[in-house]
Amino acid sequence: MSILVFVEQRDGQVRSVSREALGQATALAATFGGPVVAVCCAAADPGLAALGEAGAEQVLFAQHEAFASYDGAGYAAAVAAAIASVNPKVVLFAGSSMGRDLAPRVAAKVDAGLATDCTALVVDGGKLVATRPVYAGKALQKVSFPGAVALATLRPKAFAAPEAQAGKTAAVSALAFTWDASAPRAKVTAVVGASGGKVDLTEAEAIVAGGRGMKGPEHFAMLEELAGVLGASVGASRAVVDAGWRGHGEQVGQTGKTVSPKLYIAVGISGAIQHLAGMSSSRCIVAINKDPEAPIFKVADYGIVGDLFEVLPALTAAIKQLH
Amino acid sequence: MLQVVCIKQVPDTETRVKVAGDGRTLDPAGVTWVMNPFDEFAVEGALQVKEKAGAGEVVVISLGGAGVQTTLRNSLAMGADRAIHLKNETASPDSLSVAKALAAAIKELNPQLVWLGKSASDDDAAQVGPMLSELLGLPCVTVAASFALEGTTAKVEREIEGGREQIEVPLPAVITCDKGLNQPRYPSLKGIMAAKKKTIEERATDLGSAHVELVALELPPARAAGRIVGEGAAAVSELVRALREDAKVI
Repeated sequence: MSILVFVEQRDGQVRSVSREALGQATALAATFGGPVVAVCCAAADPGLAALGEAGAEQVLFAQHEAFASYDGAGYAAAVAAAIASVNPKVVLFAGSSMGRDLAPRVAAKVDAGLATDCTALVVDGGKLVATRPVYAGKALQKVSFPGAVALATLRPKAFAAPEAQAGKTAAVSALAFTWDASAPRAKVTAVVGASGGKVDLTEAEAIVAGGRGMKGPEHFAMLEELAGVLGASVGASRAVVDAGWRGHGEQVGQTGKTVSPKLYIAVGISGAIQHLAGMSSSRCIVAINKDPEAPIFKVADYGIVGDLFEVLPALTAAIKQLH
Repeated sequence: MLQVVCIKQVPDTETRVKVAGDGRTLDPAGVTWVMNPFDEFAVEGALQVKEKAGAGEVVVISLGGAGVQTTLRNSLAMGADRAIHLKNETASPDSLSVAKALAAAIKELNPQLVWLGKSASDDDAAQVGPMLSELLGLPCVTVAASFALEGTTAKVEREIEGGREQIEVPLPAVITCDKGLNQPRYPSLKGIMAAKKKTIEERATDLGSAHVELVALELPPARAAGRIVGEGAAAVSELVRALREDAKVI
């Protein structure tokens, strides 16, 4: 029984979230037996043999000139062909923007159950059980799969990438698949700001987030400075986004993003329930707020009660000194 | 042109989750039910296309128990023309079963655009839209952050890690909507009155066997109590020490 992993690449680079999926596939293969097989869609080989270092034994390479950019329908045709070819027990995708778009298409094509945004996969009595946060993290749902093949997307950062097995290579072979690129399709015409852009909140190691207490969009420069010295991404509360101070892509919480960084620093955020839902699975939470009764302190590992306009610059300066 | 909007009724985002007696689903007692927040962008998107064209029909569809009719009525008050209620009482049905039921109802309408929210704020699955596109054989753009229709081609942008994809998609197509796509309108008094006269067609709907089985719904483990390290800027040095030496995160 093999485990199939969809490995995603952008601009010829295999993305690190796919290594996390390969690591989890290796763990499942230890229980289910059978090899870890990767499938990758690209216009040119992004160095797929090296996926052996992350645990893949074989790689199926679905090559098409249209795959220079992501194409949901085309990729889905290729992954469905890979499933038909290797007959896997489990198919894993990263829960990235690509994986979230692709996995449901594949599930519909192969008529299989899919669990998205999983934070744990265990085998219980021979059955795969997936754990996934619901209600933006207010509850955890556990699901199993009655069909022959189970599909899952993995929340970025929830699974550790495996230690690289230096020098190990995977056997790469061409995947035969049928897809009519001339049929009506959604075509990516450009990708703006992708290279050298900021790390997405869902994949960030550290997040510095600001709320109403920031008092205005102009003060977010202070947050950005702290984020800069920490190598963190900037997040925001719903109130801040709805007020137009920051873009929607930065919203953390139930109608924004659910995040699990190593370090989450909440600045001037009181901690409404829909915000707490989106960030309380972070490993370490720091809260800075002038109200000692703010709900954010109930989930914070460390809190500072005080005026953020005094605390923030002091914190930025102290962290700068560490480097 | 005919457009379809798929709507889900969900617990309000202020809801405190309690697990039902079955140990697998949400206890509905005391829950306020609302339109999935992301679906509001979908309804607004369809209404704007219709208004710009000066003609057409917007049909809203929802699957669920009797309660979903209040949410359907709300979208009719926003300006949708008519509604179809796929009646099914299953708690937390699996996405593929829902997508199949929706696809069967949508196929006969032959729409130019099918709109959905990017995900529902209850189960956060984000599956039905792209599944629907495969089942209908239509191109699809998920998590649309902007949308402009030029003739029979839509220009759409979607956020990806660290950037945005710009996409062109010919109609008919499936679009799932991110927050920020537009500013959903509130129903006007006139709209609310007009909605009372619009039809909600009821159809008994069977979902067949589930593709994913619910094993359990649990509350996440409570976080261990943290500590206030101090007040004001004077507490910063202790915070930095704790982050470095105890938590080892910087």
